[in-house]
Amino acid sequence: MSALAVQFEGVGKTYPHFTLDDINLELPTGSIMGFIGANGAGKSTTLRILMGLVHQDRGAVHVLGCEMPAQQAVAKRDIGFVSEDMRLYGAATLAWHMDFIRSIFPSWDQAYAETLLKRFDLKAEQKLKKVSHGQRVKAALLLALARRPRLLVLDEPTTGLDPVARHEVLHALMEALTDERRTILFSSQNTLDVEQISDQITFIDRGRIIDSADKETFLERWRRLRLDVPPAVTLPSLPGVVETTSSGRLAVVTMNGYEPSMAEVYHAAGVTVQAVDSMTLEEIFVVNVHNRRERSVA
Amino acid sequence: MHSDLVLSKSDGRPMYLQIMEQIKQRVAVGDWPRGEEIPSIRQLAVALSVSVITVKRAYLELEREGVIVTQHGKGSTVATDPSLEPRLYDQELDQHLDQAVRLGGLLGLAIEDLESRLHDAAGRWNQSTTTEEEES
Repeated sequence: MSALAVQFEGVGKTYPHFTLDDINLELPTGSIMGFIGANGAGKSTTLRILMGLVHQDRGAVHVLGCEMPAQQAVAKRDIGFVSEDMRLYGAATLAWHMDFIRSIFPSWDQAYAETLLKRFDLKAEQKLKKVSHGQRVKAALLLALARRPRLLVLDEPTTGLDPVARHEVLHALMEALTDERRTILFSSQNTLDVEQISDQITFIDRGRIIDSADKETFLERWRRLRLDVPPAVTLPSLPGVVETTSSGRLAVVTMNGYEPSMAEVYHAAGVTVQAVDSMTLEEIFVVNVHNRRERSVA
Repeated sequence: MHSDLVLSKSDGRPMYLQIMEQIKQRVAVGDWPRGEEIPSIRQLAVALSVSVITVKRAYLELEREGVIVTQHGKGSTVATDPSLEPRLYDQELDQHLDQAVRLGGLLGLAIEDLESRLHDAAGRWNQSTTTEEEES
């Protein structure tokens, strides 16, 4: 088995008003990647290319060892895909859909499907056009999860879910990873969800990947420092500083690539480091995107 | 082994530190006995609904500190090292002292001020324990 479940090399796609460019991604088998981006950043386009639903103009895509889009029919037997605009038959019930999927995919796990039915608080006999958006999302997730696919590709799986449902969905995703041959790639605007369960994190903005690393590295690299800068002292410029704001003597420096030795540099310059705070993924994402956009304007 | 760790999102500390601390507590009180097998990284990650990589980091640091032992392909066990518990308290004390120094810095206190506050605290503690004894 390939060590990489997903591999993108220099992938691009040009539309009249949007360009996805130079997408390089590597997702090791057995891990879970959270894909974070603002609206229109290119998350869904990337996932569609991965699924062979959109064909890239340039670059190579390999999924579960298959070349995409050429070998998509083979790859898709082992991929479960759920997206926002997924069409289920409104006139049919969830039970009908479950039978349908079971008839196509031999890997279908009926016992697990029934467990998820209870945990997701779904009614199998209800027609899908009568149910809420959240119920429909959960139904689509159930249909994908119960196939026990080797790769789950989920476009915004938690958007529009209430807190209880979100908790159940995140737990079901982690549960799928009990088997270390399985891999998950999911996009989300909810950085808390991503921060909680992802091993790998990728930020995308305006059609380009702006950062991709394992979560612990990500969180470890970013720090916000609160500094006391006496009037006669100039703040030394250090590498990796992304943002500096100051009011009076107090300055707040946000940096990517913090190391403890930096506190000594500040100290030597006469600056007191009052606090070194770690940042949430959301704070990191916002600063990162903001900074990139400002630089592209300048 | 049943894992009943509880992680808090409003706790400002990174998730891996919370996991480490709770495992240390369970080891310190003997809930996770010395030499016994503990949940695998993946099992604990699934049970807590947190990333495998986060639990992996907690286990690596715990191994470095000598709290657990990980054997490749065999999973992890609590270390049999007898000096385990005092060291856990040592570390906890260091963490509290670090916090005290940090807060002292924020309040503009000198080290001597902190020392005298520590003596005051010791006085309060002695008094409270003697009163308890008198009452009982």
